[in-house]
Amino acid sequence: MVEMLTPLFVILCPLIAAPLILLLGKWPNIREGVTIAASIATFSLVLSMINPIVEGEVIRISFQTLLPGVAVGFKVDAFGMLFALTSSSLWILVSFYSIGYMRSLKEHAQTRFFFSFALAIFGALGIAMSANLVTMFIFYEILTVSTYPLVIHDQTAEALSAGHKYFAYLLTSGTFFLFGLMLTYYLTGTTDFTNGGIAALAALNPVHKWTLIILFFCFLLGFLKAAWMPFHSWLPTAMVAPTPVSALLHAVAVVKAGVFGIVRIVCYIYGVDLMTSLGLGLALACIAGFTMIVANLFAIAQDNLKRRLAYSTINQLSYILLGAALLTPDGIKGAMMHIPFHGYMKITLFLCAGAIMVATGKKNISEMAGIGKTMPVTMLAFSVGALGMCGIPPAVGFISKWFLCAGSVEAAETISPVMIIFLFVLLIASLLDVVYFFPIIHTAFFKDPEGVAGEPKVKEAPMFVVIPLAITATFSIIFFLAFILRPVDVLAPYVDMLSMHIYDLVDIASGNVFT
Amino acid sequence: MVLTEHFPVLVIVISMFAAFTILIAGKVNKKAAFPIALVTIFIQLLLSLSILKRVLTEGTIHYWLGGWSPPWGIEYVIDTLNAFVLVVVLFMSFMCVIYSKRSIEKEQPRNIVLFYVVFQLLVTGLCGITVTGDIFNLYVFLEISALAAYALIAVAGGRALKASYNYVILGSLGACFFLLGIGFLYAVTGTLNIADLSRLLPPLYGNRAVQAAFVFFAVGLSIKVALFPLHVWQPDAYTYAPSVVSVIIATAMAKVSVYALIRVIFSVFTIEFIDTYVGIDVALCWIAAMGIIAGSVLAIMQTNLKRMLAYSSVAQIGYIVLGIGLAPMSAWGLVGAVAHILNHAIMKGCLFMAAGAFIYKLGLRDIRDFEGLGKKMPYASAAFTIAAISMIGVPPCTGFATKLFLILASLQATETLPVSGYIFVAVLLTSTLLNLAYFWRVIDRIYFVKSEEGDGGGRETKKADVPLSMVVPMLILAALCIVVGILWLTKVPLPFIGQVLTDLGAGVLPQW
Repeated sequence: MVEMLTPLFVILCPLIAAPLILLLGKWPNIREGVTIAASIATFSLVLSMINPIVEGEVIRISFQTLLPGVAVGFKVDAFGMLFALTSSSLWILVSFYSIGYMRSLKEHAQTRFFFSFALAIFGALGIAMSANLVTMFIFYEILTVSTYPLVIHDQTAEALSAGHKYFAYLLTSGTFFLFGLMLTYYLTGTTDFTNGGIAALAALNPVHKWTLIILFFCFLLGFLKAAWMPFHSWLPTAMVAPTPVSALLHAVAVVKAGVFGIVRIVCYIYGVDLMTSLGLGLALACIAGFTMIVANLFAIAQDNLKRRLAYSTINQLSYILLGAALLTPDGIKGAMMHIPFHGYMKITLFLCAGAIMVATGKKNISEMAGIGKTMPVTMLAFSVGALGMCGIPPAVGFISKWFLCAGSVEAAETISPVMIIFLFVLLIASLLDVVYFFPIIHTAFFKDPEGVAGEPKVKEAPMFVVIPLAITATFSIIFFLAFILRPVDVLAPYVDMLSMHIYDLVDIASGNVFT
Repeated sequence: MVLTEHFPVLVIVISMFAAFTILIAGKVNKKAAFPIALVTIFIQLLLSLSILKRVLTEGTIHYWLGGWSPPWGIEYVIDTLNAFVLVVVLFMSFMCVIYSKRSIEKEQPRNIVLFYVVFQLLVTGLCGITVTGDIFNLYVFLEISALAAYALIAVAGGRALKASYNYVILGSLGACFFLLGIGFLYAVTGTLNIADLSRLLPPLYGNRAVQAAFVFFAVGLSIKVALFPLHVWQPDAYTYAPSVVSVIIATAMAKVSVYALIRVIFSVFTIEFIDTYVGIDVALCWIAAMGIIAGSVLAIMQTNLKRMLAYSSVAQIGYIVLGIGLAPMSAWGLVGAVAHILNHAIMKGCLFMAAGAFIYKLGLRDIRDFEGLGKKMPYASAAFTIAAISMIGVPPCTGFATKLFLILASLQATETLPVSGYIFVAVLLTSTLLNLAYFWRVIDRIYFVKSEEGDGGGRETKKADVPLSMVVPMLILAALCIVVGILWLTKVPLPFIGQVLTDLGAGVLPQW
């Protein structure tokens, strides 16, 4: 346990950047400079916390509140670090990307866009580093409200109704979260995330079994940002937002905040033992399994690329939920590492979708015939992301899926034989992933565009757009290589540094869960 | 210091003399009215801050008017609660005075002097209610402030006259009930001093006259605070009054009436009395819960912004009364109620000021005409948005703190009321969503909905923000929405809250 002010500085960066962006709205170059500077500062500060955490420390800072036993506090442990690293590193890339994207499309209200974006990152980082449910709730609501202007950015009737749907789902879910956290506080007198779960909550088990079960479902409803079915429909609708928003927020920050919260509840509020004895693992696994299959079936039917990606996100989020629901070390490892890995891969895919829109204006997959020849870099990156979604090496999606499969086998051995079903669910879902991602690649590379004669010219999107997506695609492979090369002693330090110690963090975090 | 000892009475005397000074000086020069009111209220604010500081360090202040010892003379008693309310009232009045200069010059150019005279009288009445320790004196000040308020509303003329008339009838009815209550208590105990009453009453709790007196107080004050379903005078009054009058009566005046209700329940009577002899606490909770839902639903149905805010006030008063009703079951209830006195004053003050600004500059009252307002009046719109988000209860704004305390109180109340406790939680959470429904509609219009005639072609979107003297109070209140919200979450108010609970005999904060 170390007391450090760093977590506070981390969230202060985007918080200070936001009003500056608003004030400097008249000078776009300086305004964007603020965004970039804040994102780099944030990421460096987050990186500076890695070393103590890899050594097994927990960084915390807290302020006492009026409610006895509750401190508005920040605690950076290995798991929170994973989420913080993902969102802060991707913020830099997406900032560059947004500049290219927004300027190429000559979007309106760019100041509002960058302002809300910074606030949303503030919310996401706050969630990642919060020490208890109260702090998490504060940032969770900030995240919801600050993303609204981004969703309705177009200000068309369609965008506004998407925004209303977004609010209706997420703020209603917020009230369930609030109820859940107040009930937890009332029952136990604390809401801190504790390794192995809150003991006072577990002590209620046999007598107040149903209270605990209802409370758990309140939390599940509270974290609708995880977009589990049947409460998922806000996410595809929110795809009317500009692509950078869909990329960072609706593939990484917002939805990951939901799954992050559920994993926090499962592992750090309820704890694995209590979850097992209440049979809630199986219930959550069923929800996750259902979502994985059905979301994939929906995805197959989409022609709009961003909507297809949205359904794929819903599916992949449930991989994480399933991993947590398995309640076995490998399953939870798989869930935790899928948070950054899916973040990197899915953002690649969305950035590619945006690049295609910038370069050609096309939104539907059926129009994308032969696009691989005109935009080779973009589509190569897209292929890497798509492979990752399907869990095929050399993309890193394979590793998390491997752990999830191992976890379900483990669960079948230790918890109940029924859990073996989820191995097949995982495999079927992966198969379905292939069914809808490979046709895109096929269309892009092997189909000739209609009505265009001669050799197509290479016409990529601007550099600001292409470079970030190339970087995220590269990292999706680097993470995979890092896993393979880690056992080699000579390379280990370098590999770990390059992969931001993600595997170390996952090991420590899962170690914390099973104390 | 000799002088500081007289601060409690000075707060009122200065104010009353200022009212007459304004009248005379105004005859000579119309422009003198505003500075006199401004300076007086500023001095009053400083006095109230010094009183608050003294109360927090030295404990309750007892001031004997004219040196007559109670229960024969009138006594002013200031404990932490009324020191706090006094500061809130004078702070809001101060903000209103700054705001009023340009607003009233535009809306009531011919009545400027009279406006400030009556305004000053209203402030006198409100301060009087707050500091007095004598129940009959409280009634007198209640009437002074009410009469001033009737006049201020009627100043606008037209439909405001009818609104004011309704208010006169219902307000007087409320005052009659209150007076009857006082009469009953005096008949039984022979004293009017609150401290004396609270000493003499406990053995008489079984007495029917005492119980009837309580019911009279409760009904009378319910009309004054506009508790659902006795709120019928309030929407019209808030809607048709001049902008600045809406601000003062929706914040300072409503809060003082709530204070009087708390004082009667907890100081004249005790928690024990309402819990065991009348059993009114649970009834209060239910009425408040109904008010929260009904007020919010009615607010959703409005298209006039000020009217919508008025109905929203009905709901918010419900929050405070719910907190009061929960007090016997959980100390958090009273914490929520007291916190919301400040929170609601700040939020609603800011919202009404923004509504007034929209009327001042563009004459906009109907929400449906608000398209593109965010570009035309950036500061007023921003202030409105922050306050509205705070009303919805998005953390870390002030509304969230209230919600937190009240939910906790309701959960604790489940120990005695297993089912209704959870219903109150559900009501609080639902009201969040209802608040969202009616406030977001406005914010959407202000910022996001494109107007039908295109974007106005650039010329129309020229900034047309209101004068600085109106913007500054608005922005101060908007900033306070966030700052105070954060403060409630920290440990800063803990000693103060603890002292209020002790003074009112409402238990101590639970320690886990």
